[in-house]
Amino acid sequence: MRAEKQIKIALAGNPNAGKTTLFNRLTGANQHVGNYPGVTVEKKEGECRFNHHLIRVVDLPGTYSLTAYSEEEVVARDYLVRERPEAVVNIVDASNLERNLYLSCQLLELGLPVIIALNMIDVADDRGVKIEAAKLSELLGVPVVPMIARRGQGVDALLAAVLRLAATPAPSAPRPVSYGEDLDRAIISLAGRIEAENVLADLYPAPWVAMKLLEGDARLAAQVKEAAPEFIPTVMAEVNGVIAHLDATVASTTEAMIADHRYGFIRSVVRQGVITVQSDEDRIYISDRIDQVLTHRVAGPLFMLAILLGLYYFTFTYSEMPVDWLMRGFNWLADAVAAILPDGYLKSLMVNGIIRGVGGVFSFVPIIMFMFFGIAILEDSGYLARVAFMMDRVFRTFGLHGSSVMSFIISGGIAGGCAVPGVLATRTLRSPRERMATLLTTPFMNCGAKLPVMALFISTFFTQGKARMMFLLTIISWVCALLVAKFLRSTILKGVPTPFVMELPPYRFPTLRGLLLHTWERTGDYLRKAGTVILAASVLIWAMMTFPALPTAQKAVFAARRQALGAPAATVAVAISPAMKAQLGRIDAEEAEAVLAHSLAGRFGHFLEGVSRFTGFDWRTNIALVGGVAAKEIVISTLGTAYSLGEVAVGNDGSLAAALRHNPAWNRVSAFSLILFVMFYSPCIATIACIVRESGSWRWGAFAMTFNTLFAFLLSTLVYQAGMALGLG
Amino acid sequence: MSKKILRRMAKNQAGTVVAVKVAGDLGLRLREMGIVPGTRIKIQGRAPLYDPVAVKVMGAVVSLRNNEADHIEVEVESGEG
Repeated sequence: MRAEKQIKIALAGNPNAGKTTLFNRLTGANQHVGNYPGVTVEKKEGECRFNHHLIRVVDLPGTYSLTAYSEEEVVARDYLVRERPEAVVNIVDASNLERNLYLSCQLLELGLPVIIALNMIDVADDRGVKIEAAKLSELLGVPVVPMIARRGQGVDALLAAVLRLAATPAPSAPRPVSYGEDLDRAIISLAGRIEAENVLADLYPAPWVAMKLLEGDARLAAQVKEAAPEFIPTVMAEVNGVIAHLDATVASTTEAMIADHRYGFIRSVVRQGVITVQSDEDRIYISDRIDQVLTHRVAGPLFMLAILLGLYYFTFTYSEMPVDWLMRGFNWLADAVAAILPDGYLKSLMVNGIIRGVGGVFSFVPIIMFMFFGIAILEDSGYLARVAFMMDRVFRTFGLHGSSVMSFIISGGIAGGCAVPGVLATRTLRSPRERMATLLTTPFMNCGAKLPVMALFISTFFTQGKARMMFLLTIISWVCALLVAKFLRSTILKGVPTPFVMELPPYRFPTLRGLLLHTWERTGDYLRKAGTVILAASVLIWAMMTFPALPTAQKAVFAARRQALGAPAATVAVAISPAMKAQLGRIDAEEAEAVLAHSLAGRFGHFLEGVSRFTGFDWRTNIALVGGVAAKEIVISTLGTAYSLGEVAVGNDGSLAAALRHNPAWNRVSAFSLILFVMFYSPCIATIACIVRESGSWRWGAFAMTFNTLFAFLLSTLVYQAGMALGLG
Repeated sequence: MSKKILRRMAKNQAGTVVAVKVAGDLGLRLREMGIVPGTRIKIQGRAPLYDPVAVKVMGAVVSLRNNEADHIEVEVESGEG
């Protein structure tokens, strides 16, 4: 058998040109998603075998050019020049050739070994556009392979061309484009000096460095400065001289001139018999017809509402059962482990810390999978871009982006979502500041875990008009989220809006394969990254609520009371009367309360009373809220323990409701204050883990915890103090 | 033939871009979408709140906000719109 040869290729292309489809075709499930160091841009790698070669494929982020304006472009450019793949497969949408060739042109400027994969020739054909691949190849001087990636047509021919190109020594850097007399002259002069000094010669062709400096590429200027500090002042003097001269004579920026000449070059190429158009330019395509309905002034928003509601019901209806199974499974496991292990810290850690913590993570998984599947459909079909298009005017007012609406709705904009997939859904936003503002405000929505807490207090203290109350709370969450977003965008996330300019891709039927891969990839990602953090945090919270342990003297008191009842030792299985069982349960519950009060969390709760009196919470509520950071549902079970009720299951909280109603510390005002606090304070650990992951920094996670808690505190204080002053309690 | 700012163009009106008067990030985004002098552009539609606007450029539909469209000057084709 012949030894396998390894080669490395990169896929580059515009978003929506079919890059991901081709990548999935080539690598199948054999792919791996990571991040480029230091940025949140996804790095997708995979492998495929062809003709005794092992081909490593890197899917570069989809970009329209190779400037330094966005993280994606910087990542793509750096990868290409530093890793020097043997071939760069440039996927080009045949139905939109001219615009797609703008990127190809820039790849060629870099002197890279490019192969053009002329994708979607069927779509072009339908539109009456014929492309002469051979002619295009001849004019650009690179191989051109026509293909239909969705059907896998042309993939083998592409791989064969890749191997052929990889076998030939790298061609010398061609610069096919003329940028006009003035710029060409400046480039030649600058390139000569750059070449003489050998600046960045191992990475870029000298004319390219010259062109980029003239284009005003700040990142490249910084790179040159770092590589040759004494060289940069004289070069920049020359560059600025040229820029000033052109500004005065032709009143245009060098950036614009270079772009215009690139398009000029592209036009000259396609007009030399590459494209023949057989239909009217203004022909209405099917996609345009769909848009006439789906983005219609009146029908559009109605369809959007229906589609988003549909996604919502799909996710939460169909994931209910598997979530339930998983919860039961983990409860069963917890009981089984509890039965095996002897009483003590190990058992408590295993059952209450680890199994419940991990169970908490896993029970989110079906929700996330369904939600991602739904989002993948909206994204791959092209509808998501329309949602952004329609909602942008409203969201822009608050410093957000049209695409933010998805995250808000998923997180519980219609009460009952989940902030975890909501935070992950911000990935579809391309504007960094708008994305951060969305990321930080989506946890304000009323997720499914806050609902039981809200329901308990509403049904206990606001017996009349429950539905109205719930509706009011939903409105409050939206208003606060949007106002806080506006606040963040005018303070720490200040900055002019990122240009909205974006493509509305033609509607397409998503492929099942693509959808499944999408869903699988994102779910796995969540499990790996969030799972570890959540597990650690659950153990930490468990420890806080367990240690330090009750002093032996106090423990002895409870033991003595049990003894006094004539209870048998735990190890002896003897039938006990129901009456005694109830009394024992009472003692257990009291002991649990004592343990909690004595623990770090309990002390913290007492300590917090100093400030929490402003919002009307006592130490019990404080502990419950601290526990609620692990998961909001925990608020109820912890309150149960703190009020000596033993374990209180969600949905079975009648006794807790009674305890609260008869407790003089609770009234309508303090209940409303607590509801507001639960809505707005620190996101749960799962959400924080995702915020950290999506923002690329733990600082944003810490920010979300402190900022949101502060916000909730101020709001609750305001409500409580005003309510009490008005005598509404 | 008359020159018009893109924002003022009516639905289905078409023309040729004559100038894109903005630099920096926005200028770049417009250029990479193919919105450069010499390109044919057609108003495809507007969002329900009249902003953003969707235009057809080089066979693709591109959306941009009205204040972004302010920088684009178009030589409008007669006979339409």
